Amino acid sequence: MTAIVSVKNLRKAYDGGFEALKSVNLEIEEGEILALLGPNGAGKTTLISTICGIVTPTSGTVTVGGFDTQNDFRETRSMIGLVPQEISLEPFETVFSTVSFSRGLFGKPRDDARIDEILAQLSLADKRDNKVITLSGGMKRRVLIAKALAHEPRVLFLDEPSAGVDVELRKDMWDVVAKLKASGVTIILTTHYIEEAEAIADRVGIIANGEILLIQNKAELMAQMGQKQLRIDLAEPAAEIPAALAGYELQRAPDGRSLTYTYDTKGPRTGITTLLNDLQKAGLQMTDLQTQQSSLEDIFVGLVKEDQ
Amino acid sequence: MNLHAVKTIYVNEMRRFWRTIMQSLISPVLSTSLYFVVFGAAIGSRIDQVEGVGYGAFIVPGLIMLSVMTQATANASFGIYFPKFTGTIYELLSAPVSFLEIVAGYVGAAATKAMFIGLIILATAFFFIDIQIAHPFAMIALLVLTCISFSLLGFIIGIWAGNFEQLQLIPLLVITPLVFLGGSFYSITMLPPVWQTITLFNPVVYLISGFRWSFFGAADVSIGVSLLAIGLFTALCLGFIGWIFRTGWRIRQ
Repeated sequence: MTAIVSVKNLRKAYDGGFEALKSVNLEIEEGEILALLGPNGAGKTTLISTICGIVTPTSGTVTVGGFDTQNDFRETRSMIGLVPQEISLEPFETVFSTVSFSRGLFGKPRDDARIDEILAQLSLADKRDNKVITLSGGMKRRVLIAKALAHEPRVLFLDEPSAGVDVELRKDMWDVVAKLKASGVTIILTTHYIEEAEAIADRVGIIANGEILLIQNKAELMAQMGQKQLRIDLAEPAAEIPAALAGYELQRAPDGRSLTYTYDTKGPRTGITTLLNDLQKAGLQMTDLQTQQSSLEDIFVGLVKEDQ
Repeated sequence: MNLHAVKTIYVNEMRRFWRTIMQSLISPVLSTSLYFVVFGAAIGSRIDQVEGVGYGAFIVPGLIMLSVMTQATANASFGIYFPKFTGTIYELLSAPVSFLEIVAGYVGAAATKAMFIGLIILATAFFFIDIQIAHPFAMIALLVLTCISFSLLGFIIGIWAGNFEQLQLIPLLVITPLVFLGGSFYSITMLPPVWQTITLFNPVVYLISGFRWSFFGAADVSIGVSLLAIGLFTALCLGFIGWIFRTGWRIRQ
């Protein structure tokens, strides 16, 4: 895989002195879906806006497809589509004309058939001649995506695509993203919904306070950093944890009917076998066992807390 | 050069013009006709000739200029302010377009609209007043230059404005007084000497005077000075816009 977007030592300080990005380095591979996770104000939008050319960097470089975003802005911007976080649309234009406008603005000749195709792909065909002002919020967000796709970009940025969107539309949008990926488009999305990153991303980047704390393959990340929990349901409630089991740092449920053991899957030994033996020795009878993988959310919260 | 983008912006702006045809065309035509009725017919019939021209005919170039200047400014400032207001400016800023192309699209459309209005007012004037145009080509050239230069000014105002009130501020507080005091309705030779001198600091005087020359072959200021003034004004606006785009003033963080 080759990097289609390459960010080197990118720094952005605003006039007030606020440093939104502190020397960010990032390589985005062609054809992947990268999710940038971070709390509000982490610098996600500033990073995207800088790559797209809306924000001028204080220092550092960004290249897209090998072209510099400052010196060869025509080449880089032609390759990029941006779906902004805010719903920003001309209210009195029709869906078709506003999407067609985007295509022309990005230097492509008028192609009504192509625009109709894009509208159909986003289930907007029946809204083609409706004015934007008459559409619901979810439909407007689809129009924003259609506008971003109108010039057939190779890289698509989705800034918080599911903010304020209902579950159904979110699922639809994930389908669209999956189809775009299949057609070879590289997709970068920012989100603070961890389930979104978990559901669709190939790689996850975690950004906080203007720095990328971590960027890794999603599955690897979860396997490496993931802790698992084993819940042991007991036949009889335990009034307290027997002294012999103190070394396992078990957590007792308030009703005493279950104990939870946290272990690291990376470690040489999980300690499960000895725990089960010791439980039996302590005379506790088990009725059920359950294991649970910690979610991306736990990893994320852990990392961001560490950073603060 | 992204000619597709220039064309797209231009066509999009012109579409807005046709969509709001009533307010775009009819209202300036109606208000100018009212000026003709009030100043030209009602009051004008009691005024002697000004510089050898009947008062009704004398005010025609001034009235056209009044409309063209205010319309060019208003159209261009609204054209670029509206995307700022709705937030759609993100698209312009992330598109592969140079600032020159953005200006060409917006200013070109605003100037075209103002030109349309100017020509329609001229046509309206023929209904009310018997009027001859001494230098028709110069008249058109001066009209085009005025449309472009004031659209450039409007573009600057639209970039500068932070809200709708500010958008109206300069047209109302600066341009309208300058146009009214710039000899739209009178010859500056009718003023007391002190005011004649003060008036020469009003740039609009040169525009109206030059335009009037193209109609009647005579004016308060010589045509060469007028052309110089329009050229200087256009160059100033262009220079300022160039600076805006180099620094990203008020548009790019």
